[in-house]
Amino acid sequence: MIDLDETDRALVRALAEDATASAGALGRALGLSQPACWRRIKRLREAGVFRGAQVELDVQALGFGVTVFLGVKLAAKGRAGVEDFERAVQAIPEVQTVEHVLGAYDYRLRVVARDISDFERVLRRRVMTLPGVGNLDANVLLSEERRPGPLG
Amino acid sequence: MLDDTDRRILRHYQADPEVPLSELAERAGVTGSTLTRRLERLREAGVLRGVRGVIHWPALGYEVEVSLRVTLDKTQPRAFDEFIAAAREVPEVLEIQTFLGQVDVRLSVIARDMPHYQRIYRERLLTLPHIADIEGLMHVARLKAEETLPL
Repeated sequence: MIDLDETDRALVRALAEDATASAGALGRALGLSQPACWRRIKRLREAGVFRGAQVELDVQALGFGVTVFLGVKLAAKGRAGVEDFERAVQAIPEVQTVEHVLGAYDYRLRVVARDISDFERVLRRRVMTLPGVGNLDANVLLSEERRPGPLG
Repeated sequence: MLDDTDRRILRHYQADPEVPLSELAERAGVTGSTLTRRLERLREAGVLRGVRGVIHWPALGYEVEVSLRVTLDKTQPRAFDEFIAAAREVPEVLEIQTFLGQVDVRLSVIARDMPHYQRIYRERLLTLPHIADIEGLMHVARLKAEETLPL
């Protein structure tokens, strides 16, 4: 685990907002020289503080009107085929994220669709046909906000 | 309106957001100046909002992640507003989502370890206003995380 000082935390926050920000621009904002800022960013990246970057798009403008979170419980007899399920579910293009969880469900999926009838198609043809699927629980996303997290 | 070239650019950009723009142009089969112009236009139209860095919280000492599914007491007209405003005050809350369905609100919460989570849960989360029911899903693994759109 990496120890962060005030400046590092400010850098992580800034890069979380804009991963493309240059060391020069970030350094100016934080009162660091470009090389000093670059060294800090390099140290953060090498410590694995970022697991990647994400292009943020207006999903509605791109024609995806519906986002649904699906809780998936595997059927008791499906447990042997966990790997088949995991492989197949990740291959569905409309499934944006797959998390393995512990609790009332085994997996949590984020699914995008053009509209509700398109979602029904994805659900029936793609998700319900996955190997080992038992119970499903669907919740339609209304709003979403990301918080900066404990970087105080 | 978006055309096929825009979609192709966004598809390649999503797949590898940290790629140098010269390389992105090559993959999308356009010239560098076309790419710059198109990205600029997509930004102005609000379609392209930016590229955010995704923090790997375990590297910062946060090993526990829980998805809390909350049902609110909807006899309280301001239940959503007051719950969400209070949830924003908890630093360990990373995401706040509202839903139509069995679940009303979902919070994504991180903690350093289980005792830390237990403390946050008791002191900061169970005390949030208007909770009718609350259920936690403990995060085990992230199998697919890129959150790309099928363009």
